[in-house]
Amino acid sequence: MRHILYRLKDRYHLGTPVFQRDDLCFVTVKRFELRAILTELRDVEGFTHLTLLTAVDWIEEQQFQLTYMVNNRVANLTLALRVMLDREDATGDTIHDLWPTAATYQRELREMFGITFPGSPRVDEEFILEGWTDLPPYRRDFDTLAYSQQTYNDRPGRVTHDPKTHMQKTLYADYPKGAK
Amino acid sequence: MKDVDDKFLKNPDTEVPLREELRPRKVTTPDGQEIDIDPLRDYFCEAKPKVHPKAYSKIVEDFYNWARANSLWILGFGTGCGAIEMRPLMTPRFDAYRYGIQWRPTPRQANLLVISGYLSVKTLKRAIRAYEQMPQPKYVMGLGSCTINGGMYWDSYNTIKRLDDYLPVDMYVAGCMPRPEALLHGFMELKRVIKEGKGEGANLYAENFDQYKANQKAVIRDWDMPDYNW
Ligand code: SF4
Repeated sequence: MRHILYRLKDRYHLGTPVFQRDDLCFVTVKRFELRAILTELRDVEGFTHLTLLTAVDWIEEQQFQLTYMVNNRVANLTLALRVMLDREDATGDTIHDLWPTAATYQRELREMFGITFPGSPRVDEEFILEGWTDLPPYRRDFDTLAYSQQTYNDRPGRVTHDPKTHMQKTLYADYPKGAK
Repeated sequence: MKDVDDKFLKNPDTEVPLREELRPRKVTTPDGQEIDIDPLRDYFCEAKPKVHPKAYSKIVEDFYNWARANSLWILGFGTGCGAIEMRPLMTPRFDAYRYGIQWRPTPRQANLLVISGYLSVKTLKRAIRAYEQMPQPKYVMGLGSCTINGGMYWDSYNTIKRLDDYLPVDMYVAGCMPRPEALLHGFMELKRVIKEGKGEGANLYAENFDQYKANQKAVIRDWDMPDYNW
């Protein structure tokens, strides 16, 4: 894994690699170099499989992070590239021509995070939600509890127990000794 | 429980435009005629559901109810996790067929709709369609805590919390998820309810049709079907 990163480092701006395991590494790249790196990884380094494309909402930094995870089946290596996008603008670059499956991920990101990918096939169509008019639900400023309370009726009588105190009370009522 | 930070306000209801192919429009037929079509009306009957009257005497009604209770035909429509529990019921271990319960492939052949877990708004739409297409007398059974009060999806933006707002429920089976034994017990209880003549869900639906429709339309934003899908 490291020698691949060394080879890439000469020509591209790579952030500090984070190794989760020997065969799993995360690295931040620049947006304008993403396509070149992905193409090189796919065609030269044998990372032929796009495992996932997902997003993280860094609302405090006003940024979206896209994670492109690619996998080399032969060498059993997984490399994830992170790209930061402006949260206001929320426009990414489509890679559906590198991996056709990316189009599906991009439709999902469009619907769930509101990140659009111009040029990606059917990206503006509904993906899972039907008739959704609110904020994209995976954005962190969308409050799902408040939304569900304002939309769906509650049945009264629902109680919530904190699992720890509840189990302690039912199973070990006199623990620690003399507590009862 | 109230949301601690209720600064978030959902969008006021904006209209979701009807899909293109469902809008009323003019088309020219192959022989040059201009005709108006309205896809949501042309293929569907607009009559609302009617209350099914009781038989003229109690003993006959009891006989009907006995017969109804002994042929529960379930629509093979699974939502949520609970649909998994129906498979062991069909197979020899629990063998629900010995109670006159069987699974049917289409709503037209079924009279019991088992909502087997959480319902997302999208699935709710299909469940309503399926329910309305079933012939009377028909029953609904809600399986699992998700249909009762939302269960573990109580704070989800996309699943309903109370099934009985949208469909008339005759019997709930609690649990997350209920075991096949619980389900069998639920069927037995439903049979008892029907035999007592209290399985009146379909009539309830017909009586409060407008209320049910209002509830359904409040959550299904892109309502692209006729009001009654019979
Ligand atoms: S009640 Fe539990 S098992 Fe059933 S659908 Fe809900 S979460 Fe799943």
